[in-house]
Amino acid sequence: MDDIMNKVALALASRTSSDPDGIIAETRFSELALDSLDVAELVMDLEDAFSVTIDISQIDGTVGDLVRVIREAAE
Amino acid sequence: MNHNSKTALITGGTRGIGRAIALALAGQVENIALLYAGRRDAAEDTVNALLGKGVKSLAFACDVADSAQAKAACDQAREAFGPISILVNSAGITRDGLTLRMPPEDFKRVIEVNLAGAFHTIQACYRDLMKAGWGRVVNIGSVSGLMGNPGQMNYSAAKAGLVGLTKTLARELAGRGVTANLVAPGFIDTDMTRELPDGTLARALAQVPMGRMGKAEEVAAAVNYLCSPGADYVTGCVLQVDGGMYM
Repeated sequence: MDDIMNKVALALASRTSSDPDGIIAETRFSELALDSLDVAELVMDLEDAFSVTIDISQIDGTVGDLVRVIREAAE
Repeated sequence: MNHNSKTALITGGTRGIGRAIALALAGQVENIALLYAGRRDAAEDTVNALLGKGVKSLAFACDVADSAQAKAACDQAREAFGPISILVNSAGITRDGLTLRMPPEDFKRVIEVNLAGAFHTIQACYRDLMKAGWGRVVNIGSVSGLMGNPGQMNYSAAKAGLVGLTKTLARELAGRGVTANLVAPGFIDTDMTRELPDGTLARALAQVPMGRMGKAEEVAAAVNYLCSPGADYVTGCVLQVDGGMYM
């Protein structure tokens, strides 16, 4: 698991009180009972953590999408 | 929460109701950013009045109908003062005319400024509000948007649209400590109502149980309340300041 995926999984686990090891790229936010506003809030936290600006409209619904968008923003 | 560290952004905040709102909010915020479309002299006059009250203030020229301009102005305000915690959408125009004679561009322009303009500033400030976990959005509607008004199909539609916009925002952000409310003035003595077509004002006043026009300060007092800590549990509401005109 790479560093970005690891941090995202930890942030998600903290927010949803779930096991970070159970969060994979294919995990959908809806499976974690996160609605679109929850995801927006998570994204804002991650923007601060990674010092990037994230385009929320690029995130389709999976953890992998979010990791990809953060990685692209960080490049 | 210490309100002395807060920043308010007010559109249309340099004249009429917007100016009165700015002066009222000066009692509970440290910084006030004003967005204005037209008169620079009026903007500077309001900024000076706010500075005189000990509030840091800047005015930014902006057509809120243009999403890029609205975002740029909100970004400038944020750079100057920090995150926006109170947003008041007061920018509004009229292009009155009976429906049969109303040019489509007049309909669209009023919708773009009065309704889309609020959307643009809300979108530009949304992250600030969510991140802070406390915030206030007050949109200035109109009794015209609640009961209709001949000759104001565009204005009434835009103001009615603001009701739905406000309630949607209230539902979206209620869990984040952000309230969204709409203040619906009736006939208020401002430059805008002085431009109303002949007879419209007299007919309107006949419908006002209190029998007089309202004052901009009376609208501002309602906005000031909705922005205060005392209104923490008030969201999605339409607060009429209309002398009983619509009930």
